[in-house]
Amino acid sequence: MPSLALPVEHQFDDAGQQREAATLGMWVFLSTEILFFGGMFLAYTAYRYTYPQAFAEASRQTLIAFGAVNTAVLLISSTVMAFAVRAASKNRRALLGLLLLGTAGLGALFLIIKGFEYAHEIKEHLLPGSRFYTNASDPKHVELFFSIYWVMTGVHALHVTIGVVLIVFFAFRAWFTNAFLNRDTPVELLGLYWHFVDIVWVFLFPLIYMIDRHS
Amino acid sequence: MRALSPRIYLITGAALLALLGLTIAAAYINLGPMNTAVAMTISLTKAALIMLFFMHVRYSKSLLWIFVGAGFFWLSIMLVLAMSDYMSRGWS
Repeated sequence: MPSLALPVEHQFDDAGQQREAATLGMWVFLSTEILFFGGMFLAYTAYRYTYPQAFAEASRQTLIAFGAVNTAVLLISSTVMAFAVRAASKNRRALLGLLLLGTAGLGALFLIIKGFEYAHEIKEHLLPGSRFYTNASDPKHVELFFSIYWVMTGVHALHVTIGVVLIVFFAFRAWFTNAFLNRDTPVELLGLYWHFVDIVWVFLFPLIYMIDRHS
Repeated sequence: MRALSPRIYLITGAALLALLGLTIAAAYINLGPMNTAVAMTISLTKAALIMLFFMHVRYSKSLLWIFVGAGFFWLSIMLVLAMSDYMSRGWS
């Protein structure tokens, strides 16, 4: 069945080299993402170093239970995604669609929980702006923490949203088209993106929710 | 190489959740300035597990390791050089 074999573009020697090139390309994109988020992590680090008391006070006002549950949700979704990539490489496309939908469902659950958390914070006047209010001793720099918090979690949530949309799209392609017949590289790359988004949250979680929790 | 045994993914997933529990527990113990160091060490471990097993870096050629390392190397340049400025401004 030569028509079912993975097509190799003319610039590559074989399918293995083509797949390696695709993976390298995805990691180049992820490197730009590392530096994109890195700039925000640097802003966080510099201001936390400069205003440690205000950042600790602000962090204790965040909802650690929501953050912890959301971390678990993303870690489990990454595990499901790993199995989806495995199903793709085994050419089990019905299972692939199911596992992708499971991953997307957990991603959506993350966004819903984050939404309730945001709603709580808006009600508590923790959204920076004219309505921002805190009785902390250094309100200006508590507001600075929350500015960084909203931007970093917001940009991360945007990445989760893009991921969920792509994953649902891929699930339907797995079920209703031959897009992934003997061709698992697109799913592997989608998996790399999703795992990267998970890694960003793995660092955001302790930095946002757990400054001086013990005191 | 693409299809690792399901056991590896399950063990990695379980280890990640266990490390999450450890992070939360450690946050409520007063370790002074070490709290942040412990939390970041656990996060780096989790990130390494995700990259090595979920992202298959462990089973990839050294060229990919260079690409992966380059991103983090440049990130460390940005963090270290910028923070060396902030942390030395008070010196006189």
